[in-house]
Amino acid sequence: MRPDLEIIQQWVQPGNHVLDLGCGNGTLLDFLQRERGATGFGLEINPDHITTCMGRGVSVIEQNLDTQGLDNFDDGMFDVVLMTQALQAVRRPDKVIEEMLRVGREGIVTFPNFAHWRLRWGLALKGRMPESDALPYKWYNTPNIRLCTFKDFEALCRQKGIRIKSRRVVDGQHQNSWLARLWPNLLGEIAIYRITRENAS
Amino acid sequence: MPDSLPSDSVGLVSPQTIPFDEPIELACGQSLERYDLVVETYGTLNADASNAVLICHALSGHHHAAGYHSMDERKPGWWDSCIGPGKPVDTHRFFVVSLNNLGGCHGSTGPSSINPSTGKPYGPDFPVITVADWVKSQARLADRLGIQQWAAVIGGSLGGMQALQWSLDYPERLRHALVIASTPRLSAQNIAFNEVARQAITSDREFHDGRYQDFGALPRRGLMLARMVGHITYLSDASMGEKFGRELREEAYKFGFDAEFQVESYLRYQGERFSEIFDANTYLLMTRALDYFDPAYAAGGDLAKALAPAQCEFLVLSFSTDWRFTPARSEEMVNAMIQARKKVSYAEIDAPWGHDAFLIPTPRYTDIFTAYLDRVAREVGA
Repeated sequence: MRPDLEIIQQWVQPGNHVLDLGCGNGTLLDFLQRERGATGFGLEINPDHITTCMGRGVSVIEQNLDTQGLDNFDDGMFDVVLMTQALQAVRRPDKVIEEMLRVGREGIVTFPNFAHWRLRWGLALKGRMPESDALPYKWYNTPNIRLCTFKDFEALCRQKGIRIKSRRVVDGQHQNSWLARLWPNLLGEIAIYRITRENAS
Repeated sequence: MPDSLPSDSVGLVSPQTIPFDEPIELACGQSLERYDLVVETYGTLNADASNAVLICHALSGHHHAAGYHSMDERKPGWWDSCIGPGKPVDTHRFFVVSLNNLGGCHGSTGPSSINPSTGKPYGPDFPVITVADWVKSQARLADRLGIQQWAAVIGGSLGGMQALQWSLDYPERLRHALVIASTPRLSAQNIAFNEVARQAITSDREFHDGRYQDFGALPRRGLMLARMVGHITYLSDASMGEKFGRELREEAYKFGFDAEFQVESYLRYQGERFSEIFDANTYLLMTRALDYFDPAYAAGGDLAKALAPAQCEFLVLSFSTDWRFTPARSEEMVNAMIQARKKVSYAEIDAPWGHDAFLIPTPRYTDIFTAYLDRVAREVGA
């Protein structure tokens, strides 16, 4: 199993009601349904992904976060709201995070770290927009329009009074590495954050 | 007329008439002592009767959904594009049941049938039927066919309303409801169009207060107008523009009021053809069933609350240029399902054909329909 899925599934309790923002082809939800008895929906805009979800029994709603938001979901109706590798592709990540924690008790967010050493290196030495395994696009065709670093994300959470319950840092292949744990903002490529508005844990 | 039957056709089919002698109580308070339903089936019911699919028809539909009645038939059944071997509703895997609804005019008991208590056609005395009444009669049909639970109930437009109603009235008797190009209730504009159609029929001098059969008359003109109005709402501005534009039948304006534009002659032709095959009282009844459909009404207008009993999974599909039942109406339904914590999937399909798009196999529509039902088939071991 992909290590990021392994980490995420540990944070989803059996029977949880889950919303997956940008659920792709439904791999994660399918896994959570089968392994954790979770229920819930995925939101997606890619037609092929939507068809794949429907074919595998993952409930999927065609809905664009940028234009439609999450207005159709009630406050606190989900136990967990997931967003894997999609935060950097929405127009207003700050608003999406607030909405996540309005409709869900807890959020799990993963995104690529723009301060990873290889990206810093590329920009510093070559003077070109960086590319990597986690960010394989050109500057002009990338869907990733809101890149940030782990530090940026954590600053946003502080500013919005959002508590980070856990953070796990992995490399581009979603492997756990001790180096990334040691110096995450420089050596970590992808982080998995578990966030909430609740105070006590 | 096909020279030979296409390999993905269910082939030659023949309808059967199934009599029901137990009285059925209707929402209007009246009941029918007995009635017939005309039914076609395609495919084979499996040993545990788990692979049955019910097809619900729309306003002008009927039991003949797929295949051909004879080699001389000009066109196959109305949903032949989606029902057949290897098609989305795959008859290699599913046992497909399609009927003409109660009140219809294609063989099931309706206004043009003989009223046993008078020996004359029911005409206007036939009770007004609701979507819930249809579903009740379909449940009895399922009993008769030995089907305890449908793998799926599928319908477009008014047919989608029946699928939705099934999920509320017989929650344990269907696994999936496919609600396509439909709406949880008609808007004022929808009802207004229906009213124009009804006025066209009832104001035709040949209508005779609905007793035209007794007079050996037919309100052809009224029915034709009703169909013309209806037909406009089934197409989109773009698809009409594409098909006809401002094209004239002859080269120049004639400065008169005959059908000069192609679109005029098309509508007249459609209306005339319809008026020859459809019953006016059935048309009134079907449009009324549309008007009355509003499952949220009993729950104080709260659709999510009305959905509480549903146990099936839903697939809701809308079409981008459908202005009769817009994507927003489907989304209203989907949001209520989400609120009610039902399992639901939704897609808005880009198609230029307006409301009629649900009958036209565009690639994305076919892909979704196929993928979803493939999964349903796997689920029931079909």
